[in-house]
Amino acid sequence: MDDPFVGGDSREVEKVIAKFAGDSGDGIQVFGAQFTLSTAIYGNDFAILPEFPAEIRAPAGTTYGVSSFQIQFGGIDILTPGDSPDVLIAFNPAALKINLGNLKPGTLIIINENEFDEINFKKAEWKSILQGEENLDDILAKYKTIKVKMNDMVVEALKDLDISHKDKIRTRNFFALGLISWIFDRPLEPILDFIREKFSKKPILQEANERALKAGYNYGETIEVSYRIKKIKIKKYSFEPGRYRYISGNEAFALGIAALKEKISIPIVFSSYPITPASEILHYLAEMRNFGIIALQMEDEIAAVNSAIGASFAGALGITATSGPGLSLKSEGINLAVMTELPLIVIDNQRSGPSTGMPTKTEQTDLLFAMYGRHGESPLIVIAPISSGDCFKAIFDAARLAIKYMTPVIILADQYLATGAEPWKIPNLDEIAKIDGKYWTDTKNFLPYTRDENTLARPWVKVGTPGLEHRIGGLEKSNIYGKVSYDPQNHDFMVKIRAEKIRRAQNDIEDLEVYGPPDAELLVLGWGSTFGHLREAVITSIEKGYPVAHAHLRYINPLPKNISEVLKKFKRILVAELNLGQLLLLIRGMFTVDAVGLNKVTGTPFRIVDIKYAIERELINLDKEGKLSKHIKVETGKEEKGGELKYAVN
Amino acid sequence: MLSTEVKGEGSPQQVLKYTPKDFDSGETVRWCPGCGDFAILNAVRQAFAQMGIPREKFVIVSGIGCSSRFPYYMNVYGFHGIHGRAPAIATGIKVANPDLSVWVVTGDGDGLAIGGNHLMHAIRRNIGIKILLFDNRIYGLTKGQYSPTSVIGQETKSSPYGVIERPADPVLLALSQKATFIARAIDYDIKRLSQIIIEAGKHQGTALVHIYQDCPTFNDKAFEDFAGKEVMSEKTIEVKHGKPLIFGKNLDKGIVVKDGKPHIVKLGENGITEKDITVYDETDFYLNFIIANMHYPAFPEPIGIIRRVREPTFEELLYMQIEDVKKRKGVGNLEKLIYKNSWEVKGGDNSKKI
Ligand code: SF4
Repeated sequence: MDDPFVGGDSREVEKVIAKFAGDSGDGIQVFGAQFTLSTAIYGNDFAILPEFPAEIRAPAGTTYGVSSFQIQFGGIDILTPGDSPDVLIAFNPAALKINLGNLKPGTLIIINENEFDEINFKKAEWKSILQGEENLDDILAKYKTIKVKMNDMVVEALKDLDISHKDKIRTRNFFALGLISWIFDRPLEPILDFIREKFSKKPILQEANERALKAGYNYGETIEVSYRIKKIKIKKYSFEPGRYRYISGNEAFALGIAALKEKISIPIVFSSYPITPASEILHYLAEMRNFGIIALQMEDEIAAVNSAIGASFAGALGITATSGPGLSLKSEGINLAVMTELPLIVIDNQRSGPSTGMPTKTEQTDLLFAMYGRHGESPLIVIAPISSGDCFKAIFDAARLAIKYMTPVIILADQYLATGAEPWKIPNLDEIAKIDGKYWTDTKNFLPYTRDENTLARPWVKVGTPGLEHRIGGLEKSNIYGKVSYDPQNHDFMVKIRAEKIRRAQNDIEDLEVYGPPDAELLVLGWGSTFGHLREAVITSIEKGYPVAHAHLRYINPLPKNISEVLKKFKRILVAELNLGQLLLLIRGMFTVDAVGLNKVTGTPFRIVDIKYAIERELINLDKEGKLSKHIKVETGKEEKGGELKYAVN
Repeated sequence: MLSTEVKGEGSPQQVLKYTPKDFDSGETVRWCPGCGDFAILNAVRQAFAQMGIPREKFVIVSGIGCSSRFPYYMNVYGFHGIHGRAPAIATGIKVANPDLSVWVVTGDGDGLAIGGNHLMHAIRRNIGIKILLFDNRIYGLTKGQYSPTSVIGQETKSSPYGVIERPADPVLLALSQKATFIARAIDYDIKRLSQIIIEAGKHQGTALVHIYQDCPTFNDKAFEDFAGKEVMSEKTIEVKHGKPLIFGKNLDKGIVVKDGKPHIVKLGENGITEKDITVYDETDFYLNFIIANMHYPAFPEPIGIIRRVREPTFEELLYMQIEDVKKRKGVGNLEKLIYKNSWEVKGGDNSKKI
């Protein structure tokens, strides 16, 4: 974005990236959510990235206590929360300090000047300022800075109200919201609605916050004069008509399960154990008792998966949700569901590992674990939703496949999808197809391991049905009869038939689509949550005239039927993922194609520049190797560099 | 043929005619000759035949170990799970369908070592599952290592110089979690064992039945000192609700609980009569605790129903809460929930939230 903030008239821009950062105790996430809602109602597309400190109550003012919220919004299809912000609101020195490394010159920075004092510089351990080596103004010289004494402003605006000084100071978030609403021309109504609802029992606080919000908005008019800052008009996005809401991945999972309950003919048992970043799913579902939803909190991850399996054996659909460490503990249980061929859904919100790792940071490092992290040959279906809203659909896809193929399904989401949010077009609930949890009922011809001709699934019996009493378990069973069997031929057969069964699920999944020009020579291949980032980078590369395309896997196992055909069309496949090359290993192992990796494990999503740079580098390489059908001129993305990513060829 | 009118858990009251044979799956039983599991299998088949519960409503879940082969031998629904996890699997089954009579067969290794956590939490929740814990004080299936209930000094393959760990006490563990049904029995004492199993089956809530089970192959005659045919009436005491704590071949000994401690007394000695003997109360937690603390050789080993109280079960509370929240908040409306804070976009223009 080229400097829309300064100048004569207010300008209209396509998109903006804003970031709000402050102390985790300061309500930054509420601030972000409110701004997001008014942005949605204004009519922009957006994507957000909330970031939380690891500690629940980190000491105030410290860098590790900073909580932040980034939003990209605009009049075009917004696919990611964006890289570096155009506008940063820093509520204290710590918030400014940790963001400086990622700011472009010219960024508009708004600081609450009241908090930029010696005490807070100390808390932020800002040595260069404390020791007088540099001062704040020098540091901020490269940027456009608005210093606002927010505390003073709200105290002044509320001076005649009979509330404590502390309560007055607390309203400063709404002051800042008012100011930012003015800058971006957002409506105040949704925020006013929120204030009225939140403080409905305390009219005086309602009054105070309303006043602070309006004071912030009015302050905008004065900065227009004193800083020559202009109101920014942002183009509206022409959404497809329909009803929209703002949804996080965890909300989408929970709502998906609630919707599934209405659409499925059998009971659902959700059983889980608290773990970051999946606990929210349990919270939402526990709240929904009046929907008849059974959400259990078990004593551990192991009990959670095993009780879900027990429920599935009884004739319900067992669902559990976890993150990496929990998936490790669930391995044995998932294997039991593979062996007993029972439906089961396991949601894995991947987070940085190994071990406890960085629980609040994102990564795609469980892919091979989901595929192979169980003893024995243990195939199952792996679905990787590509956006927060897609988590809703993933529940339905998982349920359909789990029941149809009598198999566990792992849904590989991650922290970014789980806690990030986007505007989501609400599907028409009436149009979602019902799911039939068909049980076997024929008492005459029942054998527990007979198989459906097409799907190879074994029959599912509702426990309690007279005449169908049978026994299954973790020991290998003879095909058809389901008796304990140590027969070598039978085991060989069963191992293969379990694998073949999962392969046949290919018949029920979408083909891999390619986005890009027909003459593209480089394919960027990704999976799961990186969809938005890869697509955005590929779109801008195509705009530059580069022969590049994007394909994105939503199913890791089985892979789409046409994948081999798609991959073979390209000179090179750039497999981009937030790990050290796990999908790359699979692709290289399964297909004879020229595949290289773009990998990063920083605990954060890709930055668009990193991907663009990798695309350019790879095109230059292909050109040098004489593999492109025509010579192209590639400008390297050097001027955009400065990121933490070193492009790596695996 | 037996005809009973016992009201089984979740089943309609009905007359069902079963014999133990009806519960035989026909599978060849593969325990070692002389294994105590055979007797328990017989007792369970007898009990199930008498409970008035339709056969299809029974589910037996097990973990891993010799005892965990149990489900294969019973002609009911069965699930042979993984090591230690049977209580968790059974919890899922019971929650999904509270109408079923759900049984867990576990052992001292499966239930108290690898699965100790699940056992404790199942009991704490009072979920309606019946847990038969076969205690042979040894790992049989893995061929003879010491288990959590092995006694100090016991020589096994993994404790060649004697066990140095104190043994676990499953009954005290259950009591610590305020179990609502706890009983103890001896494998070959089939009549009393099957009676206890029937009572466990009728109980609403978690039932734990601790069964001393002989493993002739790896821990032969471990219980012989107090459970042997010759000595059982002298060295064990069958506790019965509302009855004085009397034991001995000639019913000439009793237990008097005084100052929070049990004392063995002889009837007729020092003027002691039956009236002086403590009357057992299966609902009195403190008395349950004192009696459960008695062990051979200092005391006769208590058998029978040690504790039984009726408390709300997990599944009752769960389904009640669902109804209660429906009443308080109204039956959940999915559209309303999904549409919360939503906004309408009409052809190209972006109008307001409705
Ligand atoms: S090893 Fe012991 S417990 Fe196992 S079957 Fe043989 S006798 Fe029974």
